[in-house]
Amino acid sequence: MNRVFLASDNIVSPLGLSTADNYIAVKEGKTGIALHHKTELWGDPFYASLLASLPAFENHAGYTRFERMCILSIQNALSGTSVRLDDKDTVFILSTTKGNISLLTDKPVSPQTRSRIALHSTAKTVAAYFNAVNMPLVISNACISGVLAVLLAKRLLKAGKYKHAVVTGADELSYFIMSGFRSLHAVSNEPCKPFDKKRDGITLGEGAATMILTTDESLAACPQKIAIGDGVSTNDANHISGPSRTGAELGFAVAETLKQNHLQPAQISFISAHGTATVYNDEMESKAFESAQLADVPLHSLKGHFGHTLGAAGVIESLITIYSLRDALVLPNMNYDEYGVSGKVNISRSVTKTGKHYALKTASGFGGCNASIVYSSIN
Amino acid sequence: MGTDKAISGYVQIKGGRVMYNNSLFFEMPDAEPVVFFNDIYKALNINYPKFFKMDNLCKVVFLAVEVLLKDVSLRDKYKPEETGIVFSNANSSLDTDIRYFQSSLEAPSPALFVYTLPNVAIGELCIRHGIKGETACFVFDIFDALFQAWYADTLLETCGIKACISGWADFYDGKFEAFFYLVETGSDNLSIKHNSENIDKLYNQVWKN
Repeated sequence: MNRVFLASDNIVSPLGLSTADNYIAVKEGKTGIALHHKTELWGDPFYASLLASLPAFENHAGYTRFERMCILSIQNALSGTSVRLDDKDTVFILSTTKGNISLLTDKPVSPQTRSRIALHSTAKTVAAYFNAVNMPLVISNACISGVLAVLLAKRLLKAGKYKHAVVTGADELSYFIMSGFRSLHAVSNEPCKPFDKKRDGITLGEGAATMILTTDESLAACPQKIAIGDGVSTNDANHISGPSRTGAELGFAVAETLKQNHLQPAQISFISAHGTATVYNDEMESKAFESAQLADVPLHSLKGHFGHTLGAAGVIESLITIYSLRDALVLPNMNYDEYGVSGKVNISRSVTKTGKHYALKTASGFGGCNASIVYSSIN
Repeated sequence: MGTDKAISGYVQIKGGRVMYNNSLFFEMPDAEPVVFFNDIYKALNINYPKFFKMDNLCKVVFLAVEVLLKDVSLRDKYKPEETGIVFSNANSSLDTDIRYFQSSLEAPSPALFVYTLPNVAIGELCIRHGIKGETACFVFDIFDALFQAWYADTLLETCGIKACISGWADFYDGKFEAFFYLVETGSDNLSIKHNSENIDKLYNQVWKN
């Protein structure tokens, strides 16, 4: 079985156009969330983490905003490695929930629009920009898409199907997404407060992030190599739009993830939780981590910095996790004042040093899905 | 590896017919989808009111797997976390996306919005059949038996899964199809080995019938 390493990466978010810029901003406690008044997204002013105008790139005309977000992120990530997409040993994996959905208008959907919205053709459009030779793979699995995409890449590479994988997670904040989460009364009127007693919903965000993975250790990014561990996904079998009441299923995924990676809870430096800041999600996660014997491990959600970026979240948050692991730091949970969950968890309140080399990333989403994965820094 | 994994059942809904293990389970040519789906539901003789709340993609997935499992109880044979699901389709949830979007211009419908993710069909299957193992939802332009077989094998060999519901279903603008099969490890019936050739054969064979 092959080991899998991080070769290069990128985050495109309101906090910056590189992972390093995003990581520094997060470490300094900055957020991409701001009050916006954009009537094309929502009638009243709203808090969200929105990208400003995207920088131009060569031949960018003709691409949708979503496609440009993906291309920018991939281009930046590719610039840091010799891995290329026009190589038969490289696979491209796209993680997104809604892709080009902003192309829907009040007019009937033409066959051209339908084809542009179809996620497999969106992925092909993006892949073709880089002359990719292999057929792209698309994961659209709600809010766990990003973690599942990394897990898919890890499994493909571990099994020797490809030598390299370019994993991109992206979602654009559209009226479709905004109105939908509003209709569910899931959006907070303030910047989201994960795990806090006064949390009352999510803040939406947008962004794109790319992880380039490889089995070739000589291509692993320096200074500190990062190994992609194994991971597990489970389903709650409870409700399509509400989480498990007990957290047992996420707890099982996390416990199995530790087992697959031959790790004890005490070896985990910190947990990068999903932490959407809805009442029920954070409550469920707290019970899950307690049940998996992780009550003492420092935990944060990064949603206070990026908002909920849906299909991008798993990749963006994995990269911040990896950069802080390299930095031997545990980052705090933003917008947090008062303990507000019934499970026992250790909410991180400040930047602290850690001597441990493993971090756990989890995600949960609509359809009752959960996913978890481990990253490790190698000295 | 792979020799002890068998396809223990399969189902296909296409062209007004429901084929189960290569025999006709139900037929209703030229019917509107809603009529066709309701009549398959009746033919199954089940009582599951949630069915009527589902969007069309979830309905066709639900019905296909209901037929697939009509003679098998996964709950009796396996622990909840020992069954997984691999699901793929071409148009994601676009049919419902358009319906939701149209509703949103007047009053956004939360009941429609929750169905604007293709993996919600997996969620419905998990609730119905008590499945808590690993599941994943992929989007391809056409059914990819090679990938589908590899991913199910990976779950069965490395993820603690002993049975896997694998398949493809699409619903867009009144056109639909579904093809699902059950893969089991240690099955007594090894007549159909789990590999992409057999999956492709079943996917096409049933259709020509």
